[in-house]
Amino acid sequence: MDFELNDELKMFHRAVRDFCEKELKPHAHIAHETGELNWDAIKKMPSLGLTGLQVSEAFGGVEMDTLGAAIAVEEIGRVCGSTALTISAHNGLGCGPIMAWGTDAQKEKWLPMLTSGDTLGALALTEPQAGSDLLNGAQTKAVRDGDEWVINGTKAWITNVAWSPVLTVLLRTDAESGSRGFSMMLVETDREGFTIHPPEKKMGLNASKSHMLTFDNVRVPVSNILGDEGNGFYQTMQTLDNGRISIGALSVGLAQGAYEEMVKYAMDRTAFGEPIAKKQLIQEKIANAAMEIEAARTLIYKAAWMKDKGKKFTKIASIAKLKASLVAEKVCYDAVQVHGSAGYSRDYAVERMYRDQRLMQIGEGTNEIQYLVIARNVLKEFESGTFTML
Amino acid sequence: MHIVTFTRSTPDTAAKVEVDGNGAVSWGDAATVVNPWDEYSLEEAIRQATNVKGDTTVIAVGGDLHNDSLKHSLAMGVKNAVRVNADGLDMTDSLQWASLAAAAVNNIDDCQLVIFGKEHVDVGSDQVTYQTARKLGWTMLSYVSEILELDAEGGTIKVEKTVEQGKQILTAKLPVVISVLKGINEPRYPSFIGIRKASKATIPEWTPADLGIELPASSITHDAYNNPPPRDITSEIIEGETIEEKAAQLVDKLLEEKVL
Ligand SMILES: Cc1cc2nc3c(=O)[nH]c(=O)nc-3n(C[C@H](O)[C@H](O)[C@H](O)COP(=O)(O)OP(=O)(O)OC[C@H]3O[C@@H](n4cnc5c(N)ncnc54)[C@H](O)[C@@H]3O)c2cc1C
Repeated sequence: MDFELNDELKMFHRAVRDFCEKELKPHAHIAHETGELNWDAIKKMPSLGLTGLQVSEAFGGVEMDTLGAAIAVEEIGRVCGSTALTISAHNGLGCGPIMAWGTDAQKEKWLPMLTSGDTLGALALTEPQAGSDLLNGAQTKAVRDGDEWVINGTKAWITNVAWSPVLTVLLRTDAESGSRGFSMMLVETDREGFTIHPPEKKMGLNASKSHMLTFDNVRVPVSNILGDEGNGFYQTMQTLDNGRISIGALSVGLAQGAYEEMVKYAMDRTAFGEPIAKKQLIQEKIANAAMEIEAARTLIYKAAWMKDKGKKFTKIASIAKLKASLVAEKVCYDAVQVHGSAGYSRDYAVERMYRDQRLMQIGEGTNEIQYLVIARNVLKEFESGTFTML
Repeated sequence: MHIVTFTRSTPDTAAKVEVDGNGAVSWGDAATVVNPWDEYSLEEAIRQATNVKGDTTVIAVGGDLHNDSLKHSLAMGVKNAVRVNADGLDMTDSLQWASLAAAAVNNIDDCQLVIFGKEHVDVGSDQVTYQTARKLGWTMLSYVSEILELDAEGGTIKVEKTVEQGKQILTAKLPVVISVLKGINEPRYPSFIGIRKASKATIPEWTPADLGIELPASSITHDAYNNPPPRDITSEIIEGETIEEKAAQLVDKLLEEKVL
């Protein structure tokens, strides 16, 4: 057991912190107010590896392990939730499936462009009628026509797509085969019949954009299939397992950012003759935040570590994401509270963080779904008598 | 051509630095950072070496605290790093520091240009830059705001210097020691590939014996140090109906206090 990061990760952690402090933090407020990402900063990300965290070097990435990728997303989340969601979705949902299941030709065609810092990757699973229950609810379908697939349907809440040259889409390719009836396909965003609708009007994460998409007889060549036909649902589940670690890391980052704001404010603000940080009720919030962030981060690191070691990580990823998203909410709530009226003002970062954190309990599987996944795995372990260790 | 630059680890500017009665400086558990001025000299060394297809080495003088900054330099893209240290080195004795620095530069083949950051932020001084140049017997050009031309074959360097009244353009024969200002470039961030390499690098350490010199005895003794008396600050919020009224009051007060 070793809780120390290796030298490479330590240096990387520090470099990302430095980058975020200089390039992203000063813009976070502007991103919140104007809904604009800081593209100058995103264009500087490739050399630090932030646009290709787990993409191989040959395609412009840096091939980090899951722990390194989680640390990067946490650090971005600490200063700017919008940028963090953008980069998390880009790496995990955008690049991840192409890296995992792409043919050499698909990787060569798309990954260098996606890691360049000029474009972003996206994945379309959710539909207006189905989010948690894709298996029964997802209707967008592809029908084979000679050397092409013809796609029809609607996807919803697709993050980053406005900047994507291509996106991965979960499609029903065989209505009769249940969970074996789905496939993933790459769809170029300039295809005829493909429409990106205006961005959703969100509660927070204002500079990250999610859109409704419609497919009206969109034709793609059969070579656009990503992985094996019929495997799409399982690819989706795997992608979400990975994504949960990333969203959990982002949650820890938001909590960390709010915590730092809270402690500084508490030391600065006086009431009844002394800094409010001296009041026990405020100290309880500070101590709780310190404890909960430590717990959440440790879970995220463990989930990442288990994945990197090739162990089963579905349950721990759900546990980590569930805990981290709850911690983000609690810490951001308390940070607003400690700020008093200032916390209710858009002039203070905690107002933004409180809004931003709300997604963490919804995206990459709602918290209800995390409870379900955890309990299902626990019951399976008990049934099979494998629950005893780790 | 070989371009040499220097760096050192200094307490983070946000850290609370304390000086005790003997002049010893401490900053608790706070992290150190690359001397902020060195970001520019490191960047400039990398750029100039790329232009003249030369080599780069970054040197730190002192204990292994400075390895972090050397590794940061490697991660930015400087090719070699070395630390020079000596038993009994007094880091506050700039002449000792410069003696080691100059001997290290002399130990590197074909070095024609040494680039320093404007100053060391921890001690708030730049005298080591001049002393190193003096020890080397090289020309010193301080406060360079732009290198206009580094002519390796002709053996000259043309620079723009910022002086109090404006800008000065100078050409000097190599070898030269320069110190560079903030605006000279936009320092790059370490690259991930650089980090991967730097994190695995072992930093060689040179001693005076390796450099064929003896550390000159320190001629300084620290007799006393007194922290400045704490300042008594009171703040006052100016009330008034309009901004103009408040501004007028502020000006009156500033005049009263002889600030204006
Ligand atoms: C900002 C943002 C960005 C997003 N980005 C993307 C993206 O890039 N790509 C993408 O494909 N999707 C994206 N989504 C969609 C997101 O993944 C879904 O919103 C999420 O999966 C939930 O689906 P839903 O909204 O349809 O809710 P529903 O599935 O309709 O759920 C409604 C409620 O019912 C609960 N519920 C559902 N099933 C159960 C059950 N079995 N037991 C108990 N409770 C249950 C849910 O937890 C929830 O509380 C994004 C969403 C947001 C808000």
